[in-house]
Amino acid sequence: MKVPRPWSARAWLDTSHVMIGLPVAVLLGGLTVLLVAWPPLLMRSVPRFTGVQRSRFEAFLDARIPPVRSPSSWRSPATWRQIGYHLLSPFVGVAGALLVALAWGGAVVGLLAFLPKKFQPPPLEFVFDLRNGKVIAVYMVIGFVLLLLAPVLARGMAALDLSVARTLLGPSRSELGQRIETLTESRAGVIDAADAERRRIERDLHDGAQQRLVSLAMNLGLARATLTDLPEPAREAIAQAHEEAKQALKELRDFVRGLHPAVLNDQGLDAALSGVAARAPFPVKLHVDIERRVTPTIEAVAFFIVSEALTNIAKHAAATKAEVSVRRERERLHVLVYDDGCGGARMDGGTGLRGLAQRVDSVDGRLRLSSPLGGPTTIEVDLPCE
Amino acid sequence: MRVVLAEDSVLLREGLIRLLDASGMQVVAAVDEAEGLLRAAEEHRPELVITDVRMPPTHTDEGLRAALVLRRQQPGLAVLVLSQYVEERYAAQLLASAATGGVGYLLKDRVADVTEFIDALRRVAAGGTALDPEVVAQLLLRGNSDPLERLTPREHEVLKLMAEGRSNAGIGQALVLSEGAVGKHIGNIFTKLDLSPAEGDHRRVLAVLQFLKIRSLP
Repeated sequence: MKVPRPWSARAWLDTSHVMIGLPVAVLLGGLTVLLVAWPPLLMRSVPRFTGVQRSRFEAFLDARIPPVRSPSSWRSPATWRQIGYHLLSPFVGVAGALLVALAWGGAVVGLLAFLPKKFQPPPLEFVFDLRNGKVIAVYMVIGFVLLLLAPVLARGMAALDLSVARTLLGPSRSELGQRIETLTESRAGVIDAADAERRRIERDLHDGAQQRLVSLAMNLGLARATLTDLPEPAREAIAQAHEEAKQALKELRDFVRGLHPAVLNDQGLDAALSGVAARAPFPVKLHVDIERRVTPTIEAVAFFIVSEALTNIAKHAAATKAEVSVRRERERLHVLVYDDGCGGARMDGGTGLRGLAQRVDSVDGRLRLSSPLGGPTTIEVDLPCE
Repeated sequence: MRVVLAEDSVLLREGLIRLLDASGMQVVAAVDEAEGLLRAAEEHRPELVITDVRMPPTHTDEGLRAALVLRRQQPGLAVLVLSQYVEERYAAQLLASAATGGVGYLLKDRVADVTEFIDALRRVAAGGTALDPEVVAQLLLRGNSDPLERLTPREHEVLKLMAEGRSNAGIGQALVLSEGAVGKHIGNIFTKLDLSPAEGDHRRVLAVLQFLKIRSLP
């Protein structure tokens, strides 16, 4: 541990924390004892007491003690732990304040030993002979040592107080474990919901807008082919509308395809990726080796990675070719996308790669990017299969 | 020509019926799901079946599966599969069924180019093939092992157009080549792919597709 310098802000904050801790802890501890006579009020007061203590830790030590989420009740172990803290903290407070005050006080007294006799604190002159130069020197050395020791002591007492508070006021290990479990579950739920939502949008567009556009394009095509006796401007207008309808159809198809291709559900990654690879504006070598299909969520993530990576390559890399390899090794799915483009891709650069990394993170996957200036670029992703 | 049509979108179904009528084809039955398609094809014995891929009840690939069943049950039947997306895997399954009738697999978008779409229909009904350029691109992507890598870029283009079902004249037109030059390219392709030239236009196409299919199946 780094020895804090005396007189630094840190030392003062620690000292203040410990000194103010004494009256606060004694007051709250006393109230807790008194309120035992009236349990309902105690029940209501405990969280407030805890709030006071928590803000003391935040104000002086800049330490945030995570709040406990369980409601306060007699059955909750958290309530009992908090009561325990308020009963224990007066003792910690008294001990801490006493030691720190003695250290600072001793330092001041020792360092003042050279002062003339009448300025000396009364008890000392009876005990020691302060006219003796050697005694004065010893006093001053002790004072100096205490001066150096006091901040360390303050730091130590504050740390002790903090660790007691963290143990008794913060969430317990089992509560933390439980919260991680809940978070993991809810995150999986959110991911699945987002996935389901993408699928729903894809289906809606497929059944609605896309069919309507096909029909529109077909009618325009029919008009273009059959209404040959119309005046030139009218034919021109129809032809233009026809081309635009076809373009809109293509754009919508490319968009929907990126959302969640139906073939991914029906036939798996291999089939879906070949479509993506074929549409890339450069040759893509595709190698998929998956014996048992992975979960739909992981399939969607892997599909998104490859599709997004190829889009990025097309936009930025000026590559002449790319290679995609997807293989399953037991419970891990490895995805590798390589291109011979100009390199220099960075995680914090475009939004494309960041979105990709977030998607990988969301399922506890790992992503490695190697992209030196001048290329080549390799994106390696490792996903859990279940 | 007698046609059975399966398409679950009413709008598109009615539109297609109009289009086929205008082109002198007779839609003898129009249904909106795969079971109905199988029954109608059994009952009406059409020359051509046009079917969507995604239809009720599961909205996945029942149209395609029905097409596969029909090709097995009625070997001479021509089948055209329409879809919002084309997938190489589906194409491979369609082509893998050893039937003699024509087969087609097109994006729904192609319906918009009325004349070309009707041409494709006639080609399929006559026992030929009509594959969407997109699916051909996917098939070629999978076929990029040795023999196909021996092809020149120009031969690749010719092969793509052949796979779409175009005639020599059509290929020549598309690439601005004489028919003789196209024939020469095709000859080279067959040599490089170790295929002996067979008689007839679509036979050659099927031979090429057969080759691609072998490459593309897992």
